[in-house]
Parts: sequence; structure tokens; C-alpha cells
Amino acid sequence: MSENGQPSSGRRNILGAGAAAAALAIAPGIQLITTAGAHASGTHALASNKQRWGLLIDTSRCKTGCTECASACARENAIEPGAGRPAQNAQWLRKIELKDKVSGRELSLPMMCQHCAHPPCVDVCPTGASMQRADGIVLVDRHICIGCRYCMMACPYQARSFVHEPLHAQNPEVPRGQGCVEACTLCVQRVDRGQQPACVEACQASGGAAMVFGDLKDPGSEIAKRVASVASSQVRADLRLDPAVRYQGI
Amino acid sequence: MKRWLALLLFALLALPAAAEVPKPVIAIAKPGQCIAPVEEMRRNHMDMLRHQRDRTLRLGEREAKVSLNACIDCHASRDNGSVLGDKENFCQGCHAYAAVKLDCFECHQAKAKKTAEIKP
Amino acid sequence: MTAHIAYRELGNKSAFWILFLITAALAAAGLAAHLTMEHHGHVITGMDNRIVWGLPHVFAVFLIVAASGALNVASTASVFGKSIYKPLAPLSGLVSLCLLAGGLAVLVLDLGRSDRLIVAATQYNFKSIFAWNIFLYTGFYAVVGAYLWLMLEKRFNKYAHAAGVTAFVWRLVLTTGTGSIFGFLVAREAYQSAIMAPMFITYSLAYGTAIYLIVLLSACRIEQRPLGDEVLRRLKNLTATFVAASLYFAAAHHLTNLYFTRNHGVEAFILVDGGPITQLFWLGQVLVGAVLPLVLLLAPGVTRGRIVAACIAIVLGGLAQMYVTIIGGQAWPLDLFPGYAVSSSFADGQIHPYAPGLWEVLLALSGLGIAALLTVTALRLLRFLPERVDDTSLAQHEK
Repeated sequence: MSENGQPSSGRRNILGAGAAAAALAIAPGIQLITTAGAHASGTHALASNKQRWGLLIDTSRCKTGCTECASACARENAIEPGAGRPAQNAQWLRKIELKDKVSGRELSLPMMCQHCAHPPCVDVCPTGASMQRADGIVLVDRHICIGCRYCMMACPYQARSFVHEPLHAQNPEVPRGQGCVEACTLCVQRVDRGQQPACVEACQASGGAAMVFGDLKDPGSEIAKRVASVASSQVRADLRLDPAVRYQGI
Repeated sequence: MKRWLALLLFALLALPAAAEVPKPVIAIAKPGQCIAPVEEMRRNHMDMLRHQRDRTLRLGEREAKVSLNACIDCHASRDNGSVLGDKENFCQGCHAYAAVKLDCFECHQAKAKKTAEIKP
Repeated sequence: MTAHIAYRELGNKSAFWILFLITAALAAAGLAAHLTMEHHGHVITGMDNRIVWGLPHVFAVFLIVAASGALNVASTASVFGKSIYKPLAPLSGLVSLCLLAGGLAVLVLDLGRSDRLIVAATQYNFKSIFAWNIFLYTGFYAVVGAYLWLMLEKRFNKYAHAAGVTAFVWRLVLTTGTGSIFGFLVAREAYQSAIMAPMFITYSLAYGTAIYLIVLLSACRIEQRPLGDEVLRRLKNLTATFVAASLYFAAAHHLTNLYFTRNHGVEAFILVDGGPITQLFWLGQVLVGAVLPLVLLLAPGVTRGRIVAACIAIVLGGLAQMYVTIIGGQAWPLDLFPGYAVSSSFADGQIHPYAPGLWEVLLALSGLGIAALLTVTALRLLRFLPERVDDTSLAQHEK
């Protein structure tokens, strides 16, 4: 029955093995990708578990009221306000303003899919539409999403949105549509091209430089060095989901 | 006997229908060589796309020969830059003719890349 | 060997057609609501990205939970050997299947992509309790279907006991699965408790038996078939026991939550200052759903009208309970940053309001409509209801 359940899982495993072999064959190329985050050659490797894409967010550099990251996210992924109530609009990335109830310290940070290592959305999805790539990016396979919204119930970060109405203005590289659940993809279409997520780029361009994107498994990457040297934390670390998004200064 | 019956049924149902429904006349933006012969594409494009969609989404394979966006780039109509719209549009025209539900564009952008880019 | 029980279809044609038309209209309205929602999207409902499961889920989960409870009378007859209930067992299986159909229909019609039901039926993620539930629900049909057949086919009566035990175990697992849908949500403070599963089983016993009694009493009245006082007395006492047990579990659930200081916020929301949620809890779930039926069922001088009133109160209370559980649990915000006051454009940190729209109300009600339509039609076409359910004929079976 499990063969029936995952018709292509066997095939996928074979492919995975093939992909690993290919990755070995072009290992120097892989190194290039992980350090620079860009591959000039255009040779494209498949998602591999040798990498884990993540974000480090320095809340001390994130300005209250600044929404450059959220706007860039909406622009890149063609997310527009719909005809319904605000709470029905998709938000892949939102800014949260925090105020310590005791000390009154205020801070601001972006919240999006945390790309957990053990994602509850993937666990609860009845069809396997919620899935995790080998490199840790958590995605929704809209081809088999039935829109049951159980993943939205399960996500501790309220990171997912349900598309409440028909869409027509999608970015050709970012398919999204009515009746399916969606969330931040870490701009997977850009990452696969060797680019950074739109939010990170926008934060840097605006002079905020509060976000670092990179491969947490590559000791030479900026994000790994920073995570190794400064105190950072995961949101709701008590749930032990091991998110790939880390925050400094909470 | 069965074969005769099937033929009779076919003659009764399919032939008049085929005679009445005109074949779609389609004008596409970039006519030329497709990734496989026309016959093969007509018969197998859905399987090719289904196979590739899992590889692209789950494995991150972005530079495959089969690509829905590449289909759209060539096959979009000259008039509205889309594979949807009317009987003359590539995907819609043929799927309407064949009476097969087309589900891709519930989520995928139906316009060729340049036309679809809303913001520069 | 017990005497043969004579079953007969419903004979009252005019009553049948009235009920058929009402329930069919409800079902049709639900279908229309579904098509409208499918065309426009969920944007026309009161649901949003915070309250992702709305009124349709309240009714659907209620019906699914009640379905497994409706099997109760049959289980009591064959599993626990109370043969006085034997003539009433087929109706119990039938009501159970019809309620499940109504609940599942609403659940499916509320999906974002109902057109992809085939995906749900062919691709499974076995870590998901939802995927397991798909098997539990379809399996329930097979098991209870077989059980009904073995009960009604005289030659195979000897196997009915084994089938009854299977159905009984299956329904326990099924309701555990339904309860676990909520119990397994790590971050939702209102749920995340292992007590959800046994609590849902207790609820199911109360809701299912109440609905069964409504069907039985109405059918016998419309058909003017004799229904014995003794069997009714036992059934209403059974119902009262289940209601009391449900109340106990509800109290245990909230008291357990109150034991942990971190849960005081969500408990205060549900029990004290949650506005409509609090009202539905105290007035709906507790007063109408538990206290009122207990008084109606246990105070001396019980009449049949009082039993029906008590059962209707249990159903209303059950719907209130589901609303409090499902909507209340979502309205309470997720606590991403304990110790911080938070605000955002995505309603973080806010208690979220929910007002069901017309379409989802119609879709939700159609679940009751579909369940009733199927029950009424099956009773008219098939022989499920015994000709006599009076105490003397039942006593023949009590051996």
C-alpha cells in the first residue's frame, strides 16, 4: 500500500541516489555554490542533503515599521491583496512588532515559514503535498494539495496561507492558485538559480542588512560562521522542530 | 460481433460529433521545432509534464527539457500572449476540442513570461 | 435461539415524502453552497487564514463523532450480550453509516480542492492521522456494512457477534483518530492533550445515542409501532450516563489545563472572557448539552416527549461543544514569543473573531440534511425497523 501511497517514492529514491552520484562527480562545483551562493557556470545541481538553506535575522538591525522584506516578498511572488477581508489575504512574510511585557523592550522582526527540520505541516498532510526538499526547504506540492488546511492548524508559526480566491497574475516561476495552501518557499526559484531570497536582497539594498541567507551545513558560509560565533535562537525552540530560521537578539 | 458493435457505436456517436465540431485553428507566437514530434507531443505531453513537475518541485531540477513555462513561451498566442483565452489559444483550444479538463492554469501563469511580468 | 424478529419498511408515505423533501432541500442547498464556494473561493465565507476550519468542520466533526456513537445500541446488543437491544441493532448500524456519510460529505465539500478527491484516495502520507482517518472511515463502512448484513441475514446470524466486536473496536479506533486530529497539534494550547481522544469517545457515545433515540422515537411514533417502556427506560438511562461521563471529561480536560500556569490564558478565554465562545461553553455545552438533559432524563415522571427534548438538547450542546473546541481553539492566538506582547498585519497575538457566512451555514446544515435524507430513504426502502418493539416481544430475546 505504501507503494500505492507514494507512487513515485521508489523512483524518487533511485533518482536521489543518481543525484547524489552526480553531486559527487561535480563536487567542486557544489563547493562553489555553497560558498558563494551563486553558480556562474549555469550547471544546476539538484537539491541535496549536503546543504541546509537557512536564514539568520539580526533583530537589532531590523527597524520597527520597515517592511522592505515583506514588500519584496509580495513583489517577487506576485502576492496581491484580494477582494476579501484582510485576514483572507496571503502573507508569506510578515513583520511582527514585539514588546517585552516586563521590561518594555521593543523589537521588530520578520516572520515566515521557519523551514523546520521536523515540520509538523509535513507530518499532518494527508496526501504528502506538504513536503521537504533534501536541502531542507519546506514546500507545498500544489499538484496534490487538496486544501484541507490541516497543515495550517499544525503550524506553530502561523506561517501558511490559504488562497481564498481565483488568481490570474502569478509570477510564471511561482505558481499559486485558489484552494491550495502556500507559504514562504525561501524563494526556491531564486535559490535554485544561485540567487538570494527576495527579502534578504531587499533588506540589504535598503541598508538594513538584518538578514543573512546561506547554507547552515557549510562551515565556510557567512551564516554558519555567524551562527557559530554569536548567540542566536529559534522561535519556539521548546517544540524541538529545529527551524532553519534563526534570530539574534530575542 | 463486439467489434462491429463498437464500430457502430463509434459511427453513431463520434463521427457526427467530429463532423460538427471544427478542429481548432491555432496561431502561436513562435512556430518551429518542438522538443518531440507533433504526434508524440499530442499523445504524451501530459505524462511528460506530470513526470517533470515532481522532479522540478521535489528535486529542484530547473533546467529540464520538459518545462511548462517553455511550452507557454512558444505556444502562447500572438494576440494575447497566453495559451488560454479563446478557441484559438493553444491549450484551451485543443482541450476544449478534446473535452479534457485543463487544471494546470488554476495555479500556473498562462501567459508567456514577458507578457506576464507585471512589475519590471 | 431467539425468536425471529420481523422487520418492515416505513409504511407512512405522506410522512416519508414530507421528510424526504425537507432533507433533500437541505442537501441540495448544501450542494449549491459548495458549488458557489468552489467558484468564488473561500473568500465568500467567514473563514480566513486564522480561522481555517469554520462552521462546516463543526458540523462535520460532530456528525462523524456521533456516527461512531450511534453504533452504540448495536454494540451493546452483540458485544455486551444485552439481547433486549438486538431487534434495535440494525437501525443503530444504519443511523451510524448515514451520520458518517453526512459528516464526510461536508468535510469533502469544504476542501479547497474538492475536485481532487481522487488524490486524497490514492496518495497517502502515513504519518498523517488524517490519512489514517481516510482508511478508518472507509473501513467503518465495510465493517458496519458487513455487520448489518450478518445481522439481517438469518443464516449468518451466528457470525454477527464477531462482526459486532470488530465494528465496536473499529469505532473506538475511529473516534480515537478523530480526537487525535486535535490532540496532535503541537502548538495549539487549547488542544495538545492526550485526553482529546478518550474525551471524543465519550462525547460520541452521548451524541450518537441521542440521535439514535430521536430517530427511533420519531419513527415508532410516525409508524405507530409499539415501543416498550422498559427498553426506553434503559436507553435513556444509558444516555444519561454518557452525558454525565462527557461532563466529567470536559471538566477533567479544563482542570488539567488549569493545572499548568502557561495554559491559564487560553482557559480564561474559553471559561471566562471569550464572549460568544464562553457563552457557548457554559450555556451551550454545559447547560443545554449536559445539565438540562440530565434533569430531563433523570427527574421522576419521564415522558417520551421529555426524552426527545433531552436528546435534542444533547445534539445542540454537542454542536456548541464542537464550536468551542474547533473555533475557540483557533481564535486563541498562537504564542510565538512567550513573554512578549505582539502585533502584526497577520493578526498575531490577537483573539480572532469569526462570523460564519450564509454559504458555510448552508453547507454545514446540509450535513444534517444528508444524514437525515439517507436515513429516511433507507428506512422507507429497506427493512430496518422492527414491527414491534414492545416489552413483551423484546423479552423473548432477552435470554
